[in-house]
Amino acid sequence: MTEPANTPATPPPAPTAAPAAKPKAAPKPAAPVATVPPPEPPPPNPLPELALPCTGVHHHLRGLHAEATVSPDQVVFAAEEMDRTGFSLDTITGVDWIAENQMEVIYDYFHSLRNLRVAIRTRVPRDNPDLPTISGVFPGANWHEREAHDFFAIRFAGHPNLTPFLLPEDADYHPLRKDFKL
Amino acid sequence: MIAKELIADPGASPAETFVINIGPQHPATHGVLRVKMTMDGEYIVRAEPVVGYIHRMQEKMGENRNYAQFLPNTSRIDYLSALTYTHAFVGAVERGLKLQVPPRAECIRVITSELNRISSHLVWWGAFLLDLGGFTPLLYAFDDREKILDLLEGITGSRLTYSYFRIGGLYNDVDDAFLKGTREFVHQMRPRLKMYRGLVTENIILKKRLIGIGEISQELCRKYGATGQVIRGSGIPYDVRRAEPYSAYNEFDFEIPHYPEGDSMARYLVHMDEIEQSLRIIEQGLDKLPNGPVMADKVPRVLKLPVGDYTYAVEAARGRFMVRIISDGKEIPYRVKLRTPCLSNLSLFEEASRGMLLPDALALMGSLDLVIPDIDR
Repeated sequence: MTEPANTPATPPPAPTAAPAAKPKAAPKPAAPVATVPPPEPPPPNPLPELALPCTGVHHHLRGLHAEATVSPDQVVFAAEEMDRTGFSLDTITGVDWIAENQMEVIYDYFHSLRNLRVAIRTRVPRDNPDLPTISGVFPGANWHEREAHDFFAIRFAGHPNLTPFLLPEDADYHPLRKDFKL
Repeated sequence: MIAKELIADPGASPAETFVINIGPQHPATHGVLRVKMTMDGEYIVRAEPVVGYIHRMQEKMGENRNYAQFLPNTSRIDYLSALTYTHAFVGAVERGLKLQVPPRAECIRVITSELNRISSHLVWWGAFLLDLGGFTPLLYAFDDREKILDLLEGITGSRLTYSYFRIGGLYNDVDDAFLKGTREFVHQMRPRLKMYRGLVTENIILKKRLIGIGEISQELCRKYGATGQVIRGSGIPYDVRRAEPYSAYNEFDFEIPHYPEGDSMARYLVHMDEIEQSLRIIEQGLDKLPNGPVMADKVPRVLKLPVGDYTYAVEAARGRFMVRIISDGKEIPYRVKLRTPCLSNLSLFEEASRGMLLPDALALMGSLDLVIPDIDR
């Protein structure tokens, strides 16, 4: 597996191996571009009132209005900020970046009155994926965190009931980790 | 009332409570959902949904096949509104590839999605009234639904799992029989809705079962991420078709039905009004259907999304459905995340049903409009 690249919010180190077969229409054939090449500059941050490092995103390109990357110990603060500004929890999911030995956790939020979509991202070490739970702020996070624990073995400290959710009750495997053998 | 004291202090008198197990095979759960109910007499102390009985690991399947191969899976998440789910998936891929879908294809997508929404709401309507003890409406609902299934079968070839939307357009164009039949259906359906209003909606037994019962507040919706008829039944006109306009929806004139009461009746009325709005959308679509191709010109034979993270949300029949595709530039997606509405809508059930009578809680669960494979994926 070549090094998977990141999203625009966190510019990763330049990939070491050039990905094969770029479409020939790309203007710069050699340099591998790590993110979606934005032909237009990113829009201004639509949520300056949030005490989070948000950057604006073009909705028609990626389906988001803003995103932010925070450190793992900031996810509860981020949830409180989203709660304070009236956002709803959309979903929580993991991404296993096995080549970088990291586990990304994405918290999606939507605002039902202002029609905004925000993603909050964080990364934890893959061998030790520990995060605080946000189910104290958004009780709906309870099930999403149980699902992320099922699929990725991410442990949410302080979660009231981190038991198998969609997997069988005696499941000791985590199918969405990239080293899971089918 | 003993239940009230127990809710205040769950440890107060555990000897007084008992557990009822509903499901995973029970007619009221419409599929393999189990609810573990701790009861105090007829009152619910705690109702804990247990899910996962039809879990198929759709997201893992997304990681070991290419985009076109995963497309049929999207019809099998919520089998009652398969087209909207396929729409979100092809939409996410098209967003990544920056494909321009021809206007005719977008218009047909809207028409068929709304037909699918009506057929889904009709199944819900019949099944919900069955839960409440009324058998006859189901037969009427399936009579109407049959017409929609016949229309969709004519153009897609299947009656439930359509896979009709393709990356860049549609599987095939609609024919005159479909256009004529759809127009006829719209004309037939309006008087039927009027009849249903008289037969069912204004029925005193239905009103007594639903009005003022199963209240869900706006704050509860927000904390649990509830969408669809649940949030609109709590008075918030949130609809992805307006909040994040996709496809051709911003060219259509329709209202977002919403009721402030938050009870089971409000969710019932939202469903019924949405059928009317969908008929409006279908009629407009038939009137303005542009000519032209139904497939984009340059869809690459091998689909490789540029590296990145793409999300696409749609208003499915039950609420907000979102697909997230994370691509590492290969033919096979690095990650496919499916955010389904029923999971969030059911997650508030435990809190909303606390202290309710068991039959009322089952009416509340029915009004949430659950499809279990949509929760379990």
